[in-house]
Amino acid sequence: MSEPAVKMNWFQTMRERYAHPGALSKIGVLGMNRRNVSYISRYNPRHLFPLVDDKLQTKELALEAGVKVPDLIGVISEQHAVKELSQILQRCSSGFCIKPAHGSGGKGIMVITRQSEEGYRKSNGQFATISDLERHVSNILAGLFSLGGRADVAIIEDLIHFDDCFSGFSYEGVPDTRVIVFRGFPVMAMMRLSTADSNGKANLHQGAVGVGLDIGDGHALRAVQFDKPILLHPDTGLNMMTLKVPHWEEVLTLAVSCYEMSGLGYLGTDIVLDRFKGPMLLELNARPGLTIQIANGKGLLPRLRQIESLSHKRRMSVADRVAYAREHFTDHR
Amino acid sequence: MASRTPFYILVSLLFLAGTALTLHRHIAFDIPWFPGEQRQTWSIEAKVDFEADGNPVTARLAIPNTQPGFTQLNQQTASPGYGLSFVERESGTYAEWSIREATGNQSLYYKVDMLVDPFAIPDEQVVIPSAKPNVEKEPYATAAQMILDRAIERSSSNYTLARELIHEFNNQQQTAELLAQVKPRTAWISQLLQEAGVPARRIHALELEDGRRRQSLIEYIQVFEGEEYDIFNPETGEQGQAENMLLWQYHSGPVLEVIGATNAQVSFSMISQEQPFNIALNQKFADNEWLNFSLYTLPLEEQAIFKGILLIPVGVLIVVLMRILVGIKTSGTFMPVLIAMAFIQTSLLTGLIGFLLIVGVGLMIRSYLSYLNLLLVARISAVIIMVIGMIAIFSIIAYKFGLTEGMKITFFPMIILAWTIERMSILWEEEGAKQVMIQGGGSLLVAILAYMAMNLDWVRHLTFNFMGIQFILMGLTLVAGSYTGYRLLELKRFKPLTKLDKS
Repeated sequence: MSEPAVKMNWFQTMRERYAHPGALSKIGVLGMNRRNVSYISRYNPRHLFPLVDDKLQTKELALEAGVKVPDLIGVISEQHAVKELSQILQRCSSGFCIKPAHGSGGKGIMVITRQSEEGYRKSNGQFATISDLERHVSNILAGLFSLGGRADVAIIEDLIHFDDCFSGFSYEGVPDTRVIVFRGFPVMAMMRLSTADSNGKANLHQGAVGVGLDIGDGHALRAVQFDKPILLHPDTGLNMMTLKVPHWEEVLTLAVSCYEMSGLGYLGTDIVLDRFKGPMLLELNARPGLTIQIANGKGLLPRLRQIESLSHKRRMSVADRVAYAREHFTDHR
Repeated sequence: MASRTPFYILVSLLFLAGTALTLHRHIAFDIPWFPGEQRQTWSIEAKVDFEADGNPVTARLAIPNTQPGFTQLNQQTASPGYGLSFVERESGTYAEWSIREATGNQSLYYKVDMLVDPFAIPDEQVVIPSAKPNVEKEPYATAAQMILDRAIERSSSNYTLARELIHEFNNQQQTAELLAQVKPRTAWISQLLQEAGVPARRIHALELEDGRRRQSLIEYIQVFEGEEYDIFNPETGEQGQAENMLLWQYHSGPVLEVIGATNAQVSFSMISQEQPFNIALNQKFADNEWLNFSLYTLPLEEQAIFKGILLIPVGVLIVVLMRILVGIKTSGTFMPVLIAMAFIQTSLLTGLIGFLLIVGVGLMIRSYLSYLNLLLVARISAVIIMVIGMIAIFSIIAYKFGLTEGMKITFFPMIILAWTIERMSILWEEEGAKQVMIQGGGSLLVAILAYMAMNLDWVRHLTFNFMGIQFILMGLTLVAGSYTGYRLLELKRFKPLTKLDKS
């Protein structure tokens, strides 16, 4: 008699924990398999991947296309050149960041907010010595942070002076805006805010907060941490719903122009807002993750299908596409 | 969107080819679906006795080959002091014993195992005997001619002639007795048949019955009709070969020839045995035939290697399914398969303990290495050397404590272990212990599942015996590769979205 009850319980827990596939497809949630088969392998030609996987190439490409990117301070590509690091660092007066050209998921990025007599102040307030930095660069060159352990180059970039409008929303790290651009249309956006849990990193699976943004005007739709909805920032307690990204039109335009520049049909663009220079492209991603759907509380598929059904003959300008997306992919009409 | 039709055609072709090949092997080669099925084999022992008187002796015994209904598996002889060789002659295969000097009663033994095999492929083509005219003295020639004429009158074909001839011998008792003074009835019958232009010969057969001893060969008449032949009982005229009739000598030659001794005779004893089919097949296919595309034609050692290799697709399919359908994260795409292969060698529990021990200790030592600030290649090389060292130390410790199981730790692929340690260690530094547990646990889970699938007797049996299974596995992999539905873990991950929809 107790056995059916146990079975019912088990069944109910399953129903509570797992969504019905039909329910997900009704909302139009994009799954990993469909993303890989129907979008990435169909719209992203393989030979273009190196452009986005190598941040140095992306940067050169962006400069050619007139897309704003953080200034390049220097590049170290050989182990013996690591000793020149301190010389290179003298070129910039204030903060900088060191990143691997082939890093993925924010791995190996070291942010130095200030150089002083005491050493190099890291974003978490600790001080690093020049030999710490040299070791980090050496690790990057050895391929510690790159996919498959390939030899890599280290890029030293100017620090982004992120816009004050986000102060209180982000703990330590740089908040960035991820916009998914599909065939030149911005289809979904979210902001990633680092927390104490994520150690100042903007990686969602490490505990950063993802905030879904309305394509129409850039205001917050909802916020999630560890895939669960939240209302207040876990560290600062600010109401996440008050967040609104300024220069929204510029952000979208920047994201959309990355489509022309890279040729990738299904693209994740990471954009930061600099206090002085406005929106800047941080990096491109040819395999953007799916958490953006949870942050937005919406599935990607309806929007992707809407873009797919658009006529191919009529080529729309960047401004037209931004306008189209802002009109169609918003909660406010 | 590119047309999917070629893809579906390819996949269905793969499935079709796989199923057809599998069925073909099952039907044409009698390979069972399940392991452990038994096949009947007969062990027949021929005992040659003779009296020697101190002279050099050569004894020649006709021995049977693979023939319709029976496949020869192996043969052995027991004959202390005698030289032995197997000789092929026009009149069949012989075991030839020889000795310089022998005295007294001698016994030579020859034992052969025959597999009852409806699909036996005879070693040699049946040679149709050519007619040899034989001039007989009177009155035997006339008497024989009478019998033959009468039989020809009453018959219509080779087979019916043979049958009528035997009937005539039974009917005309007096004539038969007269003829029997010169040579035995079977000799007359085959000779008369030859005279009538019907290829025929005397053959010696053995009636197989379990546990019989001191049996002797029975003579039959083999009559040809074109390429076909049939066998007749010279006493009753009964046509056909009984299932338990093994042809011992069927090349019109003598059964036993002994030179240099007297009172030679041969007697047979036999037992029936049940053997696992794979042992039987192994022996059957030991003789190479290039037409028969089977792994059983390989030497035993290579067979063992292939047994392992052919299992890999099963493990790979498990990984594909776990990653695409379930969405389990593993560290290193196919690392779980390699770990599973090692588990097969070590047994699961020993393997698990060994794996956790090596990776655990490896991670500890590796965390020290990361302080040394080494270049990547050097660091991985250091980890490899460290893994080898650990394996050696654990083996020695296990051996000292009398745990021979612990020695099996050497079966682990060391380079893979080193990479696993390296990856886990980086993962630990970057994403914390939780991710290490998730990915390491995922890898182990998949490895255990792959191990369980690959360790099933039935799976091993199927992959080794049916090449077609590989096509089916390939097809399944392709189908899985085009699956665009949700993964099981995504159903959990995106669960919050469905709740939102309702509210």
